[in-house]
Amino acid sequence: MNLAGALRALQPLLSDAIVVHANGHIARAAFNVEDRLGNFYMIGSMGLASSIGLGIALSRPQQRVVIYDGDGNLLMNLGSTAMIAHTAPANLIHLVFDNGVYASTGNQVAVSQTVPLDRIAGAAGYRSSVRVSTPASLTAAYSAAANAPGPAFILAEIEVETGPFEGGRVTHPPHQIRDRVAAAIGA
Amino acid sequence: MTPIAAVAREPVRPEDVAAAFRRLGYDFFTGVPCSLISGLIAVLDSDPDCAYYPETREDAAIGLACGAYLAGKQPVVLMQNSGLGVCINALTSLSLLYKTPALLVITWRGYQGNDAPEHVIMGDVCGRLLDTIGVSYRVPEPATLLADLQWATDYQRQHQLPAALLLRPGVTR
Repeated sequence: MNLAGALRALQPLLSDAIVVHANGHIARAAFNVEDRLGNFYMIGSMGLASSIGLGIALSRPQQRVVIYDGDGNLLMNLGSTAMIAHTAPANLIHLVFDNGVYASTGNQVAVSQTVPLDRIAGAAGYRSSVRVSTPASLTAAYSAAANAPGPAFILAEIEVETGPFEGGRVTHPPHQIRDRVAAAIGA
Repeated sequence: MTPIAAVAREPVRPEDVAAAFRRLGYDFFTGVPCSLISGLIAVLDSDPDCAYYPETREDAAIGLACGAYLAGKQPVVLMQNSGLGVCINALTSLSLLYKTPALLVITWRGYQGNDAPEHVIMGDVCGRLLDTIGVSYRVPEPATLLADLQWATDYQRQHQLPAALLLRPGVTR
């Protein structure tokens, strides 16, 4: 499964979820699949998508919050797995697209090739943690997570893609991304 | 009113700082502790109406506060100035870029060079570091702390940006 395929498979299931996107290819690919008002595109601050998503989830317990994280992003802020497990928001799904490389900078090796992030999350204390590798198993895992108390962790194995990345950058200015998401939350 | 009298003034009680936070609308607290504000963190942590989330790193606390702001909260991030070094990218490429306010309460270890060696360099440069990245701040005295808190709150509302209070030893506890 490639990143765009995984995102397209998930897109019909998102409903009114707030989705916080890690920087790099994840934000750009999701922007090109569907530019939802409830999408927070993090264009800098690598590592912090999980912290931003957690901040929303803790502040709005009735709001479904999804983090679209990358393996490189999560490795930069592994403490957030501890924070999410400790605070245990029931409304949070933490989904990591794991290709084992830093794809946005040229597919350099990431240590997630040997370190299982799903087992780290499970050991930290997420209510569930699963690893999937096909669109069908990904959507099944998302539906299961959305229908049970979280926090849920889903690791989606993603193929390494070579060649130029297809899909433009996020075109909204950052303050508009902020305002759209705040409006979608109803803040 | 000599300068000596101002310096000798007792620290502001942590309960009074926390009450001022609440009066000004702050309702989401996170950060990484510093011994200079251990009393304040204890008061915030024991408030049943308002959670204090102990973060693992100061930049993660900036991210957590950003999420809280997007969800309608008015966040405070407490940290030592050593943590300011950890936060530079979070501040420049998230808070300042997206214009998401937060009150940054940054303790000033290494103030006037009188501290353990690991604090001396950051103690010397932390104010200039805030100036360099464009975070506005004040350095309160006990007598000005509540007024400076009002300033920081007004600044955030006016500019939709974070604002910092750089707390030297003895301003609160």
